[in-house]
Amino acid sequence: MRPDTASLPDASIAELRALLDRREVSSVEATRAYLDHIGAVDGAVRAYLQVTEDVALQQAAEADARLAAGETGPVLGVPMALKDLISTEGIETTCGSRILRGYRPPYDATTYARLRKGGAVLLGKLNMDEFAMGSSNENSAFGITANPWDLSTVPGGSSGGSAAAVAAREAAFTLGSDTGGSVRQPAALCGVVGVKPTYGRVSRFGLIAFASSLDQIGPFTRTVEDSALVLSLIAGHDPLDSTSVPLAVPDYASALGGDLRGLRVGVPDEYFVEGIEPGVEGAVRAAIEQLESLGAQAVRVSLPSTGYALATYYIIAPSEASSNLARYDGVKYGYRSPEGEDLIETYLRTRDEGFGPEVKRRIMIGTYALSSGYYDAYYLKAQKVRTLIKAEFDRVFEQCDVIAAPTSPSVAFKLGSRTADPLSMYLSDVLTIPPSMAGIPAINVPCGFSDGLPVGLQLICKAFDEATMLRVAHAYERSTEWHLRRPPLLISVAGS
Amino acid sequence: MSYEPVIGLEVHAQLQTRSKMFCRCSTQYAGAEPNTHICPICAGFPGVLPVVNRRAVELATRVGLALNCEISPSSRFDRKHYPYPDLPKGYQTSQYDLPLALRGHVTLGDNGQQRRIGIVRVHMEEDTGRLLHRSSPSGEVYSLVDLNRSGVPLLEIVSEPDIRSAVEAREYVTKLRQVLRYIEASTGNMEEGALRCDANVSVRPVGQAEYGAKVEIKNLNSTRAIERAIEYEIRRQIEALESGDGVRQETRGWDDAAGVTLGQRGKEYASDYRYFPEPDLPPLTMSESRRGEIHRGLAELPDARRERFVALYGLTPQDAADLTLTRETADYYEAVVAELREAAPARLAANWVRGPLFGLVNRDNLAITDARVSPKLLAELLRMLHDGEVNATAAREMLEETYRTGRSPREVAVERGLMQVSDASALGPVVRAVLERNPKAVADFRKGKQQVVGFLIGQVMRETKGTASQDTARTLLLEELSGSQAGAP
Repeated sequence: MRPDTASLPDASIAELRALLDRREVSSVEATRAYLDHIGAVDGAVRAYLQVTEDVALQQAAEADARLAAGETGPVLGVPMALKDLISTEGIETTCGSRILRGYRPPYDATTYARLRKGGAVLLGKLNMDEFAMGSSNENSAFGITANPWDLSTVPGGSSGGSAAAVAAREAAFTLGSDTGGSVRQPAALCGVVGVKPTYGRVSRFGLIAFASSLDQIGPFTRTVEDSALVLSLIAGHDPLDSTSVPLAVPDYASALGGDLRGLRVGVPDEYFVEGIEPGVEGAVRAAIEQLESLGAQAVRVSLPSTGYALATYYIIAPSEASSNLARYDGVKYGYRSPEGEDLIETYLRTRDEGFGPEVKRRIMIGTYALSSGYYDAYYLKAQKVRTLIKAEFDRVFEQCDVIAAPTSPSVAFKLGSRTADPLSMYLSDVLTIPPSMAGIPAINVPCGFSDGLPVGLQLICKAFDEATMLRVAHAYERSTEWHLRRPPLLISVAGS
Repeated sequence: MSYEPVIGLEVHAQLQTRSKMFCRCSTQYAGAEPNTHICPICAGFPGVLPVVNRRAVELATRVGLALNCEISPSSRFDRKHYPYPDLPKGYQTSQYDLPLALRGHVTLGDNGQQRRIGIVRVHMEEDTGRLLHRSSPSGEVYSLVDLNRSGVPLLEIVSEPDIRSAVEAREYVTKLRQVLRYIEASTGNMEEGALRCDANVSVRPVGQAEYGAKVEIKNLNSTRAIERAIEYEIRRQIEALESGDGVRQETRGWDDAAGVTLGQRGKEYASDYRYFPEPDLPPLTMSESRRGEIHRGLAELPDARRERFVALYGLTPQDAADLTLTRETADYYEAVVAELREAAPARLAANWVRGPLFGLVNRDNLAITDARVSPKLLAELLRMLHDGEVNATAAREMLEETYRTGRSPREVAVERGLMQVSDASALGPVVRAVLERNPKAVADFRKGKQQVVGFLIGQVMRETKGTASQDTARTLLLEELSGSQAGAP
């Protein structure tokens, strides 16, 4: 019996895999089901900047041919979508910025190339805060994305489109990028799984850079197992990225399972402080108790430099951004102001008209921090604090195997409620930034609801220990049903 | 008052690699259409990352070692920011406070009078693209960007302010170029822009410890331009000091046609390059073993080779210097010596390479490696000369023919009848014929005029078109003359 294709988008990657391998559904059918579903819900969610229907159907047909030839693989024929800062050859990649409107990369990012090699199907490109700078997706030059759980709230950011698309079943999985929390925080706000791998685990080649020493690409999925599948595929050394690490990649999915007996879960005091919403703290504390009931032992730990991480981050990330964004001058690609009378004026107008206010703010902060006379006081000092933060995590990981904490201090907030105050927006990432600064892996797993909105549990591990992180997240997920809940939006659509 | 110039040079040399500094694009862009040697990486597209060219690091390390520098076990790339359309990323990936090589020196002059010029640092960076300025028929001025050169590996070699004259500055650059070419790190070709030089010039009253205001001169495209520009600038600065105007710290450009340096506009504020460590590249480590490997692979440097030529081959310092001017010439010379297998003196080979052969290749503007006279052929010729098979005049003729055609000198000598005739039975009739035709000379000889022997030898040479062995001719002549004298009544 052929399954009802309208319900296909509800399947996890693993479930869809089984259907495809048994030929109960074709990749083209699955792709059409997703395209139909995107047509039904994306008017409300607006996760997609571009739906690449023709490309998707073509790629799906190719996947079907490979399936027919007896080939299989975790993502062969599986429809997915990418944050719009992952370069896709010939397909517009805007980074959510006016300055890159119309820009079609001449090459594929390594992550996209690896997914394509594995036979994944590209449904389209997803909305994001401009140049990945923001925590609500409201900094996109191309409109806002809504949180599928409550369309009047934000999906988080900067990978808000990637998180919302998975929550609204608009793709079997998506990729986003995390610099200071841009995968984990929107995953938390949208109630999905989101992984920030160890810095150097996944190639950055083709990822349009925000802050080079922090950026990492990671998957959004509805289950931990699915994240494990995707991560195994995109991780690993890339000769085109000198910061990617030549370490063998474990088969993360096959390492899942087993209980948590003997596992030490570190609970840092500094992550449960003033400013955390009670609903969030309650859900996360309950999740930690759940981990204990699975055999883990909770250990109180301390990361005293946590309070400095945010300030340090807002020196380092904007400094690197001011440099990375220097290339957008209107000469080679993207937007060029037609008004410039000479070179300097063309530069000034192009950048003034091409960049949004948050991007300009960070370019100015970064330019200032790198200026001669200020470099030592800001950038160099920030790097020293970063070393301290890293050392603290190293020390804490002698006392525990994994750290458990909230991902975001709050649940999804109302659209427009923080746009007037950049500092309050920056605080959205206060709990995700420290692991970013240390370069260590972290994951968001749905762990409850507060006022009807998802709460996320953040699990942090030592560098290149994604396997432990995924195993703990998976054990937790199996013992709860949070990940099975569907946003109300889908219930109304399913009825139509 | 007398003044002392203080000069430091910054030399940029393109490294002789096949691919660019951070991508796989070819560096062989000379003569290519604009923007045909580019890729997303060297064109600075969004999302690209650099990968360091291993060969460039090796060549840069060679240069560091050849310039007697310390090689840093860990150096770092940094980003240098400035906005210009020939710089597609908006920053140049360079090295700032942790360069690859530090604290070296170059020795100028020969043993008699040596001057040591300190090297502050040698660092790696990438070249920029180029702008082509155009104007439309309607007079509108615009610029085109060619990124073929963008990302070509570049070395910056910074000297200490140890140079004291324009001539010395030229000698320094010449020496640097010679070393770079010897170790095959750079073509050193200034006309093609593979070697570029900026000069920092100041003057101060003799005896004063502090430096005067420093002027940077750009656009020095030949060693001659370096010397002329610095010469001019020293004079200009002294005049400015004498007249009381003083010297302003600035950047000036050299106008080669007018022979003057000119102040460059728009440089009135110091630029802030906002250097910071390149986050896309890990630190560049140079292990002791790799450094040693590169050191062992280093070609013999010109100074060492010159000294060896004097000691081993008994050459004069001048001959040795001429023959070691380029590595190709020195290699050629040593190949000739090897081919001779001591059948003729190495000094003879030196004379012939330096003299007649240099004359021919210089006349035709050829590289010695392109000459059709291979070391083997030249050795064949020199052996014939040394063994007396041909005389020097014949040898020159043979060299020219071999140079023109690549044919064997012996073949040429035989075909043209240039082989010396030293066989008495062959020369005897010629000698007797000459004596018969010159009774006056014979009579003079008998009167005691010994000099006529020379004349008679000349006559024999003429008869034999120069192929007669002079020694044999002299012996036979004297035998005949004394014999007939003895038999006289």
